[in-house]
Amino acid sequence: MTTQNYRLVTVSAGVSDPSSTRLLADRATQRAVAILEDRGHTVTATTIDLRELLPELPQALSSQLMGPKFTRAIEALQAADGIIAAAPVYKAGASGLFSSFFQVLDNDLLIGKPVILAATAGTARHALVVDEEMRALFAYLRALPVPTGLFASTEDWTDKALGTRIDRAATELAILVESGFARKVRDDSWSRYQHTFGSAGGTELGIDLDSDMMRLATGGSLRDGRREPFDLTEG
Amino acid sequence: MQFGIMSVSDITRDPVTGYTPSEAERIDAVTRIAVHAEEVGLDVFAIGEHHNPPFFSSSPTTLLAHIAALTERLILTTSTTLITTNDPVRIAEEYAMLQHLSKGRMDLMLGRGNTAPVYPWFGQDIRQGLPLALENYNLLHRLWREDVVDWEGNFRGPLQGFTSTPRPLDDVPPFVWHGSIRTPEIAEQAAYYGNGYFANNIFWPKEHYQRLIDFYRRRFEAHGHGTQKEAIVGLGGQAFIAKNSQDAHDQFRPYFNEAPVYGNGPKMEDFEEMTPLSVGSPQEVIDKTLTFRDAFGDYQRQLFLVDHAGLPLKTVLEQLDLLGGEVVPVLRKELDAKREPGTAEAPTHAARVTAKYGDEEPRQPRPNANRGDNVTGGSPYQDSEQSVAAYPSM
Repeated sequence: MTTQNYRLVTVSAGVSDPSSTRLLADRATQRAVAILEDRGHTVTATTIDLRELLPELPQALSSQLMGPKFTRAIEALQAADGIIAAAPVYKAGASGLFSSFFQVLDNDLLIGKPVILAATAGTARHALVVDEEMRALFAYLRALPVPTGLFASTEDWTDKALGTRIDRAATELAILVESGFARKVRDDSWSRYQHTFGSAGGTELGIDLDSDMMRLATGGSLRDGRREPFDLTEG
Repeated sequence: MQFGIMSVSDITRDPVTGYTPSEAERIDAVTRIAVHAEEVGLDVFAIGEHHNPPFFSSSPTTLLAHIAALTERLILTTSTTLITTNDPVRIAEEYAMLQHLSKGRMDLMLGRGNTAPVYPWFGQDIRQGLPLALENYNLLHRLWREDVVDWEGNFRGPLQGFTSTPRPLDDVPPFVWHGSIRTPEIAEQAAYYGNGYFANNIFWPKEHYQRLIDFYRRRFEAHGHGTQKEAIVGLGGQAFIAKNSQDAHDQFRPYFNEAPVYGNGPKMEDFEEMTPLSVGSPQEVIDKTLTFRDAFGDYQRQLFLVDHAGLPLKTVLEQLDLLGGEVVPVLRKELDAKREPGTAEAPTHAARVTAKYGDEEPRQPRPNANRGDNVTGGSPYQDSEQSVAAYPSM
């Protein structure tokens, strides 16, 4: 395996200082960096502390107007090879800040990117939030959450098993990052996903002039050469 | 270069006084605003089209024809006319009528609007919004250029030997702008037909609009209508002007904070920094507006949004005094001085008549006699070419 430089981006929605969410995210990131380095790669790790984006959140939610910090966060995620996304659980769900941040991103920003999902809570009764709620959000975004979800409630911080699970998740992330899955999907199959002009964080700027809509735009008719999507009779 | 104002026709509670105008008051107010736009030396008045409260402008051509009768120079246009839910046949008829009544002082801007529920009210499907817009314009284009149209498409019944009346004034179709802020197909259609392209330039940073305007300019050239510089670009923008910056901010802030669409979201200062909004002294508004040319190239029409979000009539008329008295004269001078040679003039009916006919008299279609069936057939006008062979009767 040749040496690569990988970019890991950690998104933490913890709001206290120190924050157990940030702590869990940092541990997972640290392990993922160490594992990738052990495997002969170099890693650039960046953290997006969503608390710092809070002042720009209202305009992003109401007007899709991304402020400078949002813009930098989106650029970092767009370039990321792997992501660690961590949320505190409030009222039986990932925090509003966490969900809001991922909801305002373009649908195609994270396609195929491996993600460690992590959550913290004050009680073990929130344990399924990672797998039942956060995993669904990232499935919608066509991201690739690693099989092991991380969850830490108060008692987990004194249990060595949490460290084992972090190792597991970090290893899964490292292997997926190393596989180049996201890049290969982008290279080979990008056009099969739904995009809009300027999506994928402002990078999706290709315009296909040879489409049905473009033919209609230039005085043609939808009836000319219109084919059913699964018509295999020609070509 | 043409300067003017565009209204969305919203009837919004004044957040300072708590007063909500009646529909009757707001319709009268908009008429006065349009007339005053001409009085202060502006060139263009545009009205939107909506089919639900709190808007009144369901019938733009009626309003614009009334304003045309009260003014002498002002160009009347729309921002926008819904090319999706209106039957293109009705658009062809109504706007040709407006063109006659205003003696050519009109054009129109086509858009898809921002109101999803409007589609079913007119029997259409929002999922087909884009193909509807594209196909409808393809038909509209022909209805204004061919006396007799045979047509078949996906979204309305076919036409056989149809003539849209009245024919355009001087047989020169109204100029069309295609408004879009995110759809390459609309920019491509504008470029294909050599029509104008308008970006509302309200909500987002300039980079967002630059991409499609650049694309439109390149495609305008590719389709053989002239150089990229000759492409015809219009921009929106919004301004609030006072003698000094602090007063402008103090006066506009309550309206900004509760404005439809972006109210209760961004801070006004952030919005000013990130979007084309300018709030300030005449000089500040001039400086900000001059940056549009730097970003988008020489352009032909600048429309400001000045009457929304519950601003009372008196304030809007004062805004027009400042816009027409102190801002636009300087902008005209500065933009004229900077303008690169070889750019297009802003579109007017007179220029389009000259372009088509030179020194010759424009065509004035005179109908043939009614054959008794209220259908004029293959050659509806005395000078129209036969589209169906007519054999001599015995």
